[in-house]
Amino acid sequence: MNSRRKLKIGVFKFASCDGCQLSLLGAEDELLGVADAVDIAYFPEASSAMLKGPYDIGLVEGSITTHDDAGRIQKVRKQCRTLITIGACATAGGIQALRNWVDTEEYVSAVYATPGYIRTLSMSTPIAGHVPVDFELRGCPINKNHLLEVISAALIGRKPNIPAYSVCVECKRRENVCIAVARGVACLGPVTQAGCGAICPAYGRGCYGCYGPMETPNTAALTAQLRVLGNDGNRIRRAYRGFNAWALEFRKAGEECE
Amino acid sequence: MSSRQEGPIGLVDPPSIGRLISALERRGWLVAGPTVRDGAIVYDRLQSIDDLPRGWTEDQEAGRYRLEHSGDNALFGYNLGPQSWKKYLHPPEVRLLEASRENGLLKILNQAEPLPRYAFLGVRPCELEAIQVLDRVLIGDRFSDPIYEGRRKNLFLIAVNCSRTAPTCFCTSMGTGPRARRGYDLAITEILEGGRHEFLIEAGTAQGAAVLEELHPRKAGPDDSGLAEKLTQRAANQIRRRLDTESLRDLMYANWEHPRWDQVASRCLSCGNCTMVCPTCFCTDVEDTSDVRGERAERWRRWDSCYTLSFSHIHGGSVRWSVKSRYRQWLTHKLASWIEQFGGSGCVGCGRCITWCPVGIDLTEEVRAIRETPARASTRRENRNGEP
Ligand code: SF4
Ligand code: SF4
Ligand code: SF4
Repeated sequence: MNSRRKLKIGVFKFASCDGCQLSLLGAEDELLGVADAVDIAYFPEASSAMLKGPYDIGLVEGSITTHDDAGRIQKVRKQCRTLITIGACATAGGIQALRNWVDTEEYVSAVYATPGYIRTLSMSTPIAGHVPVDFELRGCPINKNHLLEVISAALIGRKPNIPAYSVCVECKRRENVCIAVARGVACLGPVTQAGCGAICPAYGRGCYGCYGPMETPNTAALTAQLRVLGNDGNRIRRAYRGFNAWALEFRKAGEECE
Repeated sequence: MSSRQEGPIGLVDPPSIGRLISALERRGWLVAGPTVRDGAIVYDRLQSIDDLPRGWTEDQEAGRYRLEHSGDNALFGYNLGPQSWKKYLHPPEVRLLEASRENGLLKILNQAEPLPRYAFLGVRPCELEAIQVLDRVLIGDRFSDPIYEGRRKNLFLIAVNCSRTAPTCFCTSMGTGPRARRGYDLAITEILEGGRHEFLIEAGTAQGAAVLEELHPRKAGPDDSGLAEKLTQRAANQIRRRLDTESLRDLMYANWEHPRWDQVASRCLSCGNCTMVCPTCFCTDVEDTSDVRGERAERWRRWDSCYTLSFSHIHGGSVRWSVKSRYRQWLTHKLASWIEQFGGSGCVGCGRCITWCPVGIDLTEEVRAIRETPARASTRRENRNGEP
């Protein structure tokens, strides 16, 4: 091993399904193999008391949905030199951001026997809406190789190679036949950021937009084409309202289908 | 129309195409050609005649492709699928370098893969020209790309002339088809007429002639050649799409501020599909990566696209931040500055960018729109607002 300083990484969880932490666990073999280079500490939701920093890198999973979390993220930010949000929840609000279009109180009283115990915010919002974020790693869930790439880049002090262009570029490099053109399938690939390796189109499914809007998404043009392919406004809105529903461009695109 | 490569000509029956595949394999070539996969005709390894898209054809329009039954037994009754031969000659992803750090020293671990020897079966005339275009770009006088050159120099090329055309084809405008004139080892015309199913094969090189010989072809007479010529002429007459190339370079240069660019930018997704499917787009990006330990590094080359922001990223940001500037860059390079750079157009009229654009943007339409309302003198003014 070379003489690099040991990197201290903290993993913080907010409102999420843990899928991204699973990607992190999947990367642990690679990471723990370098135990002398990195130190990983996990902080599940409840243990804000364990917040002993400072950390070189804070990996934040999940969105902000409660008052407590809105306060906790401020403390996390102060403890982390570099703050990286991971996954659609942290970067866009996640699937739970669907609540942002409905009356949360009404839902709470319909779902819970004793709604008084529930304290929640009316919106699910991304971390960057609360504190400055140094890097956003997209995906639902994130790609394990991307996470390793970002950490490796941080270790060596280089720029991570994370593309911001469309899924279509990966789809074509993979030699997929475009299902939008060859079968008329509704695919969000052209407006979605690459990263997954175009998995869904490879298996005949349209892209669900897991990696959020690409660098310059032209959702208006895609929406017009989805209509040409026979989708009505309702269906198109539902397509944009997935894991990244609250990401600015998808949010606007969905609202324009109302 | 008659300046074709001269060489032996013969007629063979359909099973001979299978024998052609075996003959090439015996001589050490990996045979690649058209086959049906996932609702399209793609290029892949061919093991036997059964891999060919017998009885399949396609319907193409801007932004739309459908595989269909042709209703006959034609082996080459389609035109073009989404992939071009570029994927073999200029692969989408190549590892250029692998290095490791050992005892403080940098060790280069270059495990260069053995160069494949490909025989391409079913190269359309426009694609043959596209390979010539790539040759001019990647095997230059001063600089050559060794990856391309290595794969290119061992190539055995079997052209298949077109006896039908897709609505997206405009090779006649670009002077590239529908009949192969040069650059092939063998050129095939499928004759499926009046109960006859045969293949007229012309050899263009000595190695082509040797392979043809092995198929024991029947002698072809002037009538057969005449019929083949008639079939491709009929295909040429079917072509409706047109790109007027008259002073095209000047037209493009004079219209860099034409309002049509804004119009097309409002429809363009900047998805990059057009550049990926284009048989002549050659741009790549080079990425360096290191592992978590910082002990291993790799350098990868990947197809890139002028539609991405990173493509024109210099310090401070991307130069072409508007989609308008990116579409304009692509089309102007393809049709105008390419001529200055490489001595010929970058477009061979295959129509792939039209079919495989998810929103069906058609470059022939864009050029027509610009031509119909050409620049006024004032549109050539200095770009004062700094718009890319
Ligand atoms: S299948 Fe989807 S992601 Fe792939 S090229 Fe087509 S539109 Fe793009
Ligand atoms: S620009 Fe379009 S029509 Fe011309 S060669 Fe490329 S893909 Fe074919
Ligand atoms: S012209 Fe079509 S294929 Fe090309 S970038 Fe624009 S939308 Fe994509």
